Amino acid sequence: MIDFTAIDLARIQFAFTVSFHIIFPAITIGLASYLAVLEGLWLYTRKPIYMTLCRFWMKVFAVNFAMGVVSGIVMAYQFGTNWSQFSNFAGAITGPLLSYEVMTAFFLEAGFLGVMLFGWNKVGEKLHFTSTCLVAIGTLISMTWILASNSWMQTPQGYEIIDGRAVPVDWFEIIFNPSFPYRLVHMGLAAFLATALLVGGSGAWHLLKGSHTQAAKKMLSMAMWMLLIIAPLQAFVGDEHGLNTLEYQPMKVAAMEGHWHESEPGEGVPLVLFGWPNMEEERNDYAIEIPHLASLILTHSLDGTIAPLTSVPPEDRPYVPIVFFSFRIMVALGLLMILLGITGLVLRKKGRLYEKKWFLRFCVAMGPAGLIAMLTGWFVTEVGRQPWVVYGLQRTVDASSAHSMTAMSYSLLTFVVLYVCVFGVGVRYMLALIKKGPEQVYDNDNKDDLNKRPARPLSAADGVEL
Amino acid sequence: MMNFDLPSIWALIIGFGLMMYVFLDGFDLGIGLLFPLVKNKHERDIMVNSVAPVWDGNETWLVLGGAGLLAAFPMAYSVILSALYGPILVMLFGLILRGVAFEFRFKATESHRPLWDKLFFVGSFMATFAQGVAMGAVIIGFPVENGEFAGGSLDWLTPFSLFTGCSLLFAYGLLGATWLVVKTEHNLYKQMRKLIKPLTILLALCMLGISIYTPLINADVKAMWFNWSNIVYLAPLPIITGIFVLLLLGSVNSSKHYRPFIYALCMLFMGYLGLCISLWPNIIPPSVSIYEAAAPESSLKFTLVGVVIIVPFILAYTFWSYYVFRGKVVDTEGYH
Repeated sequence: MIDFTAIDLARIQFAFTVSFHIIFPAITIGLASYLAVLEGLWLYTRKPIYMTLCRFWMKVFAVNFAMGVVSGIVMAYQFGTNWSQFSNFAGAITGPLLSYEVMTAFFLEAGFLGVMLFGWNKVGEKLHFTSTCLVAIGTLISMTWILASNSWMQTPQGYEIIDGRAVPVDWFEIIFNPSFPYRLVHMGLAAFLATALLVGGSGAWHLLKGSHTQAAKKMLSMAMWMLLIIAPLQAFVGDEHGLNTLEYQPMKVAAMEGHWHESEPGEGVPLVLFGWPNMEEERNDYAIEIPHLASLILTHSLDGTIAPLTSVPPEDRPYVPIVFFSFRIMVALGLLMILLGITGLVLRKKGRLYEKKWFLRFCVAMGPAGLIAMLTGWFVTEVGRQPWVVYGLQRTVDASSAHSMTAMSYSLLTFVVLYVCVFGVGVRYMLALIKKGPEQVYDNDNKDDLNKRPARPLSAADGVEL
Repeated sequence: MMNFDLPSIWALIIGFGLMMYVFLDGFDLGIGLLFPLVKNKHERDIMVNSVAPVWDGNETWLVLGGAGLLAAFPMAYSVILSALYGPILVMLFGLILRGVAFEFRFKATESHRPLWDKLFFVGSFMATFAQGVAMGAVIIGFPVENGEFAGGSLDWLTPFSLFTGCSLLFAYGLLGATWLVVKTEHNLYKQMRKLIKPLTILLALCMLGISIYTPLINADVKAMWFNWSNIVYLAPLPIITGIFVLLLLGSVNSSKHYRPFIYALCMLFMGYLGLCISLWPNIIPPSVSIYEAAAPESSLKFTLVGVVIIVPFILAYTFWSYYVFRGKVVDTEGYH
């Protein structure tokens, strides 16, 4: 039987709300840039297909963005409601970073979102395109600040501890802390990958159904190019990120590798393909290992060693199974993405990209893979940081507010019910929009122009069928 | 009196951010509150579309308030938000329902639509009432020991905080009605115009009630407002408020449709100003001042640079966005 304390519930609540939340901004980041590209291509080539796709994904974007905003406000307040000791300790550092995020990104996105979604007939097309670009830039700026803040919690520097609080000394050092560049690029690519897989999966789904063929082909084609380039790049960046983590948070890497004990001289560190990390016995049960491979990946030599989990007392170790399994899921999905990209290229060379049923099914199955990989990646880095909330400075158990079990149980329960219902329905609406497919902006053959037949707004009358 | 040191400047910035939030999201939420009074589907669409392009930006001021408070007064952020766990959660749940309803009611099947319309109202109501309750609880204040909230989890629940919760319903309802007078025509316009008078009177009575109660529970506030040397400076405040109430009541039938909205904002601004004067220089009433709760100077300075440079741009493009969508909302074309 597990005995939950109020702080466990607070941790579950945070993990639950932030995991739900991050899905939406990730799609927002990827789709905003995709929309800017589509609208730019339309302005440049005037090919109607780009406008068709732009209008189509903008509807999905609108639903997704609203969910990102409302689930994000929860995060902005949860630091105070549930983690008041963390806010008190580190607020002077994370607060200004969040404030800059609000000022440079949230307002920019929100300010130009209205024009982007509703301003097609109100402003000129160049100004509209500018608005779309500013929304996209806003999403990237937002990601930059929030990752600076998160990375500072992982690898803090540029501060002094005065009267038990972290006081900022050097803002450049705080923002450009050691793990920040790696985490920023890794997350940015993850957002683009997740979106490309979503777009590609949607295209493949329509091709399988034989609907919206022209638009579906374009989606699939663009997504596959993206995947081909970004997926291998992501593997490289992820590897670099891992090496950075090895330097600053060795126990996180030890947990990822399931590496419990000091290696014998010359033995090196094996790569544990599979196993069941056993925290009590300090070993992996049922382990299948490839000798020396982890040494090779992490130290670039066959017998290099890394610090094992037992080099620190048990209370300083993260909960290994979550880190261990999440890491494996992320890597496996990443490898599948690379495989998908390469398969796409091969089929494209043969002129079979849109025909092979098994490939299209593979694309559909991989539709949510980017989001799952991203979530598991965050589990690795956040659970791997434990038992610290600010690495080496403040323990998670010392960070919370003093709420009662009753208060925490009710709030957690409400969050779970509300999120599952509201965002569950929201995701269904998004999928229904995708299923319905793009509406042709104007007929290519009749050469109707935009003014004569404006994009049919999705009014109540064409409510989507679920 | 106040000095222009960093904590004071930051208190003004956060005060300004919260005011922007109350003004702007106030009318968004007000529209949600007025939703049950309007049955016609087309009119409901117009109500929602009158704010659809701007509500998200309006809500962002609340996020700025939260982040700014964390940056400038981390102790106040942690104490106040912990103490207000209940109302803050209700507000957040309300804002979630309200926010998604904006999008979902257009994307839903016909059979789901009544549900989202209902939740649009419920969400707006929850968020508004919770904000009002939070305001009342802040006026009463929180016990603080060693920089931590030292009270119970239901301390915020008092008759006064319930009263301020109701007051904010009238305030946002008034903002919503006057906003719709600006943005709509025909029947909807006439219906909203009729609401202005009763809502103004109710709100004025609420503001009077809060003004009487606040000095009664706080000796410092009483000493400040009823000190002869201050009365000369402070007397204009209630007088000007009264004038705005009269102007607002007189502008109901004006051919300048923006007038009631402007006067409603002025009336609320005076109330807000009075409240700020009463609480100054405390950020956690009744005892913790902005100086005790302030972040280190390096935090205040670093963030202030951003505020000074960026906020003018934010105001400029926010204004531009309102300008793009100016005028009456005539139909639902071009929306979704």
